[in-house]
Amino acid sequence: MKGMTVIVKTISSWVKVLIVLFGIYIILFGHLTPGGGFAGGVILASSYVLLMLAFGRERVEENLSSALSSKLDCIGAFAFGMIAVLGFVFGGVFFTNFLVKYSQQFNLISAGTIPLSNIAIGLKVGASLFLVIFSLSVCCKNSESDRE
Amino acid sequence: MAIFYILLLFILIAAIVAVETKNLLSAVICVGAIGFGGSLMFVFLRAPDIAITQIVVEVLGLILLIRATIARDLTFISGDREFFGTVVSVVIVFIIFLAGVRVFETLPEFGKPIFAENPDTASQTYIEKGLEETGAANLVTSVILDYRAYDTLGEATVLFTSIIGATVILRKKSRKLLEDPDV
Repeated sequence: MKGMTVIVKTISSWVKVLIVLFGIYIILFGHLTPGGGFAGGVILASSYVLLMLAFGRERVEENLSSALSSKLDCIGAFAFGMIAVLGFVFGGVFFTNFLVKYSQQFNLISAGTIPLSNIAIGLKVGASLFLVIFSLSVCCKNSESDRE
Repeated sequence: MAIFYILLLFILIAAIVAVETKNLLSAVICVGAIGFGGSLMFVFLRAPDIAITQIVVEVLGLILLIRATIARDLTFISGDREFFGTVVSVVIVFIIFLAGVRVFETLPEFGKPIFAENPDTASQTYIEKGLEETGAANLVTSVILDYRAYDTLGEATVLFTSIIGATVILRKKSRKLLEDPDV
C-alpha cells in the first residue's frame, strides 16, 4: 500500500505541523492549563499515525525508525525516574519537588519539577504509542503477505 | 442537567447497538460514539483534563480498531450465545446493580464535594495548599505529578512493560526464525 490520494497527502502534510505544535503546547503548558504529558504524548503519536495512514508505513520509517522511537521511549522513562531520584538526593524524599522555591507562580517556567516530568512523560507516551501502532501495522502487513 | 440525561441515553443506545449488531465495523463505530459521549460529559462536568485525554485516546483507538477490522476478512459475527454464559452474566450484572444502588444512596447531592463537611481531608488540603506548595496553576497536574507522583510512576511502568511485550511479540525477526529455524 503506497498511501492515499494526492488530496489527502497534501492536506495531511499541512495539518501535521499544527498537530505537532498543539501536542508540544499541551505538554509544555500542562502545569498551567488543562492537559499534560499523557495527552500531549498521545497527540504527538497521533500526528505520526496520520502520516502513516496518508503516506504509507515506509515513508514514516525513514522519518522515525522503530529503533529510534524505542530509544526515545527509554530516554523518557529514564528521565522520569531520574527526576524522582534527584528529588531524593536534594530533598530527602523520593519525588520531592526540589526546584519549586526557585520559580515564580503562573510563569511558563514554574512549578519546579512538574514541567520536566511532563516533558519526560510526553516523550515516553508518544514514543511508546507510536511503537505499538508501528509494530501492529508491521504485523498486519506480514499476515496479509502470508495469506497471499 | 438535561444535557446529561440526553448524553446518557445516547451512550446507552450506542452501547446496546455495539453489542447487538452483527457487523464488526459498525460495532467499532458505536464503541467510538460511547467514548465521544463520555468525553462530552466530562466537558460539561468541568473536567477538561480528563476530557482532553479521553478524546485523544479515543481517536487513536478508533483509528487502530477501524484499521484492524477493515484489514480482516471476517467482518460479520456469527453464532448463537450460550445459555449458561447468558444466565451467569445476567446474575452478575444484577448483583453489581444492587451494590451500585447501595453505593449511590451514600453519595452526596450532585455538584457537592464529597468531603465538604470535614476540613482535614486530602482533597481540601490539595485545594488550599496546592498552589503554594507545588507552584502549579493546574491543580490536577500538581496532584498527579507531585502529591501522587508514585501513581504516575506506576502507570508509566505499566505502559513501559506492555510496550516491551508488544514489540517482542510483534517484531519481524521472530516470525522469520519461526518459519525457518536454521537461520
